[in-house]
Amino acid sequence: MTEFLQQLLNGISLGAIFALIALGYTMVYGVLRFINFAHSDVFMVGAFVGYYMGRLVPEHTFWGGFAALGAAMAVCAVLGVVIERLAYRPLRGAATLNVLITAIGVSLLLQNLGQFFFGATPRPFPELFPATTFVCGGVYVSSNQLVVIGVTLGLLFALRFIVMRTKIGTAMRAVSLNPQAASLVGINNDIVISFTFALGSALAAAGGILYALNYPSIDPLMGVLPGLKAFVAAVLGGIGNIPGAALGGMLLGIVETFVNGSEWSTYKDAIAFALLILVLLFRPAGLLGRFTKEKV
Amino acid sequence: MPIVVGEYASLTGKEAGFGQTSHHGVVLALEEINAAGGVLGRPLELAYEDNQTKLGESATVAKKLIARNKVVALIGEVSSGRSLEAAPIAQLAHIPMIAPAATNPKVTQTGNYIFRVCFIDPFQGTVMAKFARDDLKATKVAILSSVSNAYSLGLAKFFKETFVAAGGDIATEKNFAEGDKDFRAQLTAVKAAGVEAVFVPGYYTESALIVRQARELGLTVPFFGGDGWEDEQLLKIGGEALNGCYYSTHFSAENTDPVVAQFVAKYRTRWNGETPGAFSALGYDAVYVLADALRRAGTTDGARLRDALAATKAFPGVTGVTTIDPDRNASKAATIIALRDGKAKFYKTVAP
Repeated sequence: MTEFLQQLLNGISLGAIFALIALGYTMVYGVLRFINFAHSDVFMVGAFVGYYMGRLVPEHTFWGGFAALGAAMAVCAVLGVVIERLAYRPLRGAATLNVLITAIGVSLLLQNLGQFFFGATPRPFPELFPATTFVCGGVYVSSNQLVVIGVTLGLLFALRFIVMRTKIGTAMRAVSLNPQAASLVGINNDIVISFTFALGSALAAAGGILYALNYPSIDPLMGVLPGLKAFVAAVLGGIGNIPGAALGGMLLGIVETFVNGSEWSTYKDAIAFALLILVLLFRPAGLLGRFTKEKV
Repeated sequence: MPIVVGEYASLTGKEAGFGQTSHHGVVLALEEINAAGGVLGRPLELAYEDNQTKLGESATVAKKLIARNKVVALIGEVSSGRSLEAAPIAQLAHIPMIAPAATNPKVTQTGNYIFRVCFIDPFQGTVMAKFARDDLKATKVAILSSVSNAYSLGLAKFFKETFVAAGGDIATEKNFAEGDKDFRAQLTAVKAAGVEAVFVPGYYTESALIVRQARELGLTVPFFGGDGWEDEQLLKIGGEALNGCYYSTHFSAENTDPVVAQFVAKYRTRWNGETPGAFSALGYDAVYVLADALRRAGTTDGARLRDALAATKAFPGVTGVTTIDPDRNASKAATIIALRDGKAKFYKTVAP
C-alpha cells in the first residue's frame, strides 16, 4: 500500500509537469490549428532563465524561487510572442503543413542557439526553493514535489479563470470557434493569437523550472523528450481542449510511473504509446475532445 | 608531411565530459610526442571530430576522418555504443582503431583492426560483484541499468553472473532509457524489495540523478557503479547524496606512482589546473601506444600498423602496463573510488 501511494505521488508530480507543457500545445492548436513544435524548446529556455536567475536570487527561499519562476515566465512569454510574430504570422493563411515545418525549424533553431550560447554540457540546476523531505505514513514527499503540484494547480485555475471569465479569454474562445466570424464582430485576431502564445509559453517556462527543480540537470536538448510526452498527453486528452490536456498529462505521468515500477520497465514507452493508440481507437478525438466532421 | 591521426569523441552533448577529458589526454600526448621530434621523423597531426553524443553521428564522422582527412589510425571512443558504430567502418577501411575506454567486449570483436587500451566489462563486472560481496557485505542487491546502452546492459549481465555465483541474490532488476530524468518509479520498487545495495551500471548523467532521487525517497543504501560514473559532473549534480557510494574505474589521480604524479602535473599545467580523470589518462596512453606501434611498424600502412599494434607488449603508461592480448584487449587493474564528503577518494586497486 505504501509503495502504491508512493508511486501515485511520483506519478502525479511527473504528470503535473507534462500537463503544464501539454496546455501550451493545446491552446495554440485550439486557436491556430497547428502543432507548435518549438514549444518544448521554450520549455528549455525557461529552465535556463531559472538557472541564471538562481545566481541573482538567494537559494532555498520561497521569494527567490517565485522570483525565478516569474522571471522565466515573463522572458518566455516575450519569446513566444516574438516567435509567433517573426515565424508564424507571415505564414498566416498559408497551408497548415508550411507552418508545421516552420515550427520544426524554429525548434531546431532554438536547440542550436541554446547549444551555442549555453554550451551543450549538462549543468546542475540550483535549488531555488527550500528543499526538505517529509515522511507521511511511510510515503516520502519531497518539498519540490509539493511545489510542482501546488504551482501546477495554481496555474491551472488561473488559466481556467482567464479563458472562461475575462474578455481576452472570451475572445480566445471566439477565435478558436471561428476566426472569420470573430474578426467580423470586432476581435483583433492578431492580439488574441499573440496573447495565446504568451500564455502558452509562460506555462512552458513554469514547466521547465519545475522539471529542472525535480531533475536538477539541464541542457539545451532537455525539452525534446518531455515535449514529445506532453504532445502525446495533449492528443490523449483531446487536442484543443484545455481540461483534456491537464487530464492527459496526469494520466500519462501516472501510467508511465506505474509501468516503470513494475516488471515491464523495459517497455515503458511502448506501453504508454499503446495506451494512446487504444484510446484513439475508441475515442478518435481524445478523452475529452469533441468529434467534429470536416466539411468539404 | 605530418602523420594524421584521427579522433572522434563526444565533445558536446549529454556525455561531453567523456569526450572532453579523453580529448585533453590525446592532445597532451600528441604535443609531447611532437616536442620530442615526432614519429618516423614526421610530426603527428590531430584531425578530430565531435559526434555530439548523438546516435549515428560517430559513423558519419569516422567515415569523414578516413575519407577526407586520410587518417592513419582512429582514436575513439569512451562509450562502447559509439565505438561500436565507428568500428565496422574502420575495419572495412583497414584503418586501425584504438578505443581508449570502450569496455564492452563486442567492440574489439568487430574485427582484427579494432583495439583497446582498457580492461573489459567481464573483468569490471567481476570486480564489482566481488566488491559488493566482500567489501559492502551485501547479499541482496538490485540492478538498475539503461536499456538503450550496450555498455550498461553488458556490465549488468557480467555483474549478475559473478554475484549470483558467489551466493548473492539479485532481488530486482529495473531498467531506464538514456536521457531519462525521472527514476522515482524504479527506485520506489527497489526500495520495496528491501535490498542492501544497488548496482547502477550507467553513465554519470543518469547515475547522479538516480542517487539524488533515491535519497529523496529515503533509500539510504550504498549505490555503486562502473567507469561510466567517472566525471566531475557526477559530484556536481549528485552532491551530498553520493556520500557512501562507490565506482570502479581505470585510474586515480591520487596514485602516488611517480609516472602518474608526473602525468598529473603536466596535465594540470596544460589544461589550466584541471585534474585528469580516467579517460584523460586512457586517451593519453592510447596515443603513446599508437606512436610506439608506428615506430615499430616503420610505416603508416594500415596492415603493417595493425600487426605492430597487435604485437604491443608490456608498454608502460599512466594507466598501467599495456599488453594487447590475442582478442586485441588490454588487461589492466581496476581502481575503486569511494565518494566521501562530496569528493572522489581512492579506495583500492584490484589486479586482474
